[in-house]
Amino acid sequence: MAICRRVVLRFPKNLVEKPFVYHLVKDYNLQFNILKAQVTPSEEGIMSLELKGQKDNYNKGIEFLTKAGVTIEQLGQNISKNDKLCTQCGLCISVCPTPALVLDQKTRQVSFNSNHCIACEMCVKVCPVKAMEVKFD
Amino acid sequence: MAKTYEEINEKIKKGQAVVVTAEEIIDIVAEKGLKKAAHEVDVVTTGTFGPMCSSGAFLNFGHSTPRIKLGGGHAYLGTVPVYTGLAAADVYIGATAIPDDDPRNKVYPGEFNYGGGHVIEDLIAGKDLVLNASAYGTDCYPRKKLETLINIQDINEAILFSPRNAYQNYNCAVNLTDKIIYTYMGVLQANLGNANFCSAAQLSPLLNDPLYKTIGIGTRIFLGGGIGYVAWNGTQHNPAVKRKDNGVPQAGAGTLSVIGDLKQMDPKYLRGASFLGYGATLTVGIGVPIPILNEEICQYTAVRNQDIWCQIVDYGKNYPNNIPGSLGEVNYAQLFSGEVECQGKKIPAAPISSYSVAREIAATLKDWIKKGSFELTKPVQTLPGPGNGIVSKVLKERPVSPTLE
Ligand code: SF4
Ligand code: SF4
Repeated sequence: MAICRRVVLRFPKNLVEKPFVYHLVKDYNLQFNILKAQVTPSEEGIMSLELKGQKDNYNKGIEFLTKAGVTIEQLGQNISKNDKLCTQCGLCISVCPTPALVLDQKTRQVSFNSNHCIACEMCVKVCPVKAMEVKFD
Repeated sequence: MAKTYEEINEKIKKGQAVVVTAEEIIDIVAEKGLKKAAHEVDVVTTGTFGPMCSSGAFLNFGHSTPRIKLGGGHAYLGTVPVYTGLAAADVYIGATAIPDDDPRNKVYPGEFNYGGGHVIEDLIAGKDLVLNASAYGTDCYPRKKLETLINIQDINEAILFSPRNAYQNYNCAVNLTDKIIYTYMGVLQANLGNANFCSAAQLSPLLNDPLYKTIGIGTRIFLGGGIGYVAWNGTQHNPAVKRKDNGVPQAGAGTLSVIGDLKQMDPKYLRGASFLGYGATLTVGIGVPIPILNEEICQYTAVRNQDIWCQIVDYGKNYPNNIPGSLGEVNYAQLFSGEVECQGKKIPAAPISSYSVAREIAATLKDWIKKGSFELTKPVQTLPGPGNGIVSKVLKERPVSPTLE
């Protein structure tokens, strides 16, 4: 069964330079899409990835990363926009690092596409009416 | 051929008035020409829905038994302090008031989860709120403490009365510093990371009547989902700013002070809001009808986003230090496209006021007028225009104890 998951990988300092993504592709036949990558001041590496592939390959790939010392956080579809509360003001657009929140040119409403969301929660903090909600699954 | 307010109201009463929104009039004028459009259309409705900090409401609770003099005392609605420098049973709740124990920006950026704007929203939503007051006690008002639930339907008056709403145009905000900043214009990323803007542009009330030919003191308006009136020009009304040939100011210019019965308003159009790192406020919905008295006024209402320009202002250093100056001029069609250019860099642009709710307000007002339930009023006095010599000043500070020679 093919699956698509979004994960946040945290690499401790000593692993930042290792070619993990290469192994995910070559050894586990997974497709990837890097949503965000950064190295923090303490030199820990953080990478948000979308991984696509066969379920058993995906599980093996995750196991490989865990064994190597990478911390993995699954991103569920845990951010949602409550349209009963949302005023379509647009304030969340400028803080969203992905195209998950965009202004629809026709309706001039703010549309939320969870496929792009990396659950950084910036919009949750910024929304003046608390319309962006975090749900823990 | 010119029309009068009376003629338009006659038509409204008969249900025959031709009413369109400030978006619809654009195409009508483009298709039919100005002359025909001005002849056929009677009213153009506008709308805006954005954060407006200079908003608030007067409340009169009725007298307690025994009586208490709130004036000169302290009072709170829920946890939010209200202004008591009035008579015994009157207070004013301002949109930006926050609880005494709110951490403010101590934990930066502060969240400002609940403030005066939220109190106003909760009042209109019909929630019971706790009124907590203390007073010094007098012979005629002996009581010193009061704690009671109140409800908007039970108190005498609840009057929304805002000193400054509905700004005619505004800045486009950016940040030239290398640190992220949290402002009333939203979050501004470092090094020109983004641009935020705040106007309903072609739908906005005062941008459709740029020279205040019809909007004035006494104009009946849509206010917070109910009916209100323009009470005066708003504070900081600044008609003297530079304008394009179409009369449209190129920066924040006119403002409105508005008043209306809070009891008939709708929490959908008066929403408490929390601005990260900045404070609490109220998002206010306003719609103003513009009578198409002649071709000139019709022409003004046909203004389009691309005809309305505003200034890009640095909120990192210039705005806080009150250093005038613009980093460039952009129009609202560019801004709404999601990208503008500043200092040779393409940057993402996003609104902070809701165009879609502004559209809804203009449509609702159009409905009211078409149904005959909302007639137009001729202003008893127009607002000061560009020729009136009014210029908004900056505060000139003077030493408190001048040295005597
Ligand atoms: S900031 Fe909140 S209210 Fe504004 S568009 Fe985004 S989700 Fe909606
Ligand atoms: S959590 Fe919000 S800001 Fe972050 S990516 Fe998702 S939608 Fe964008």
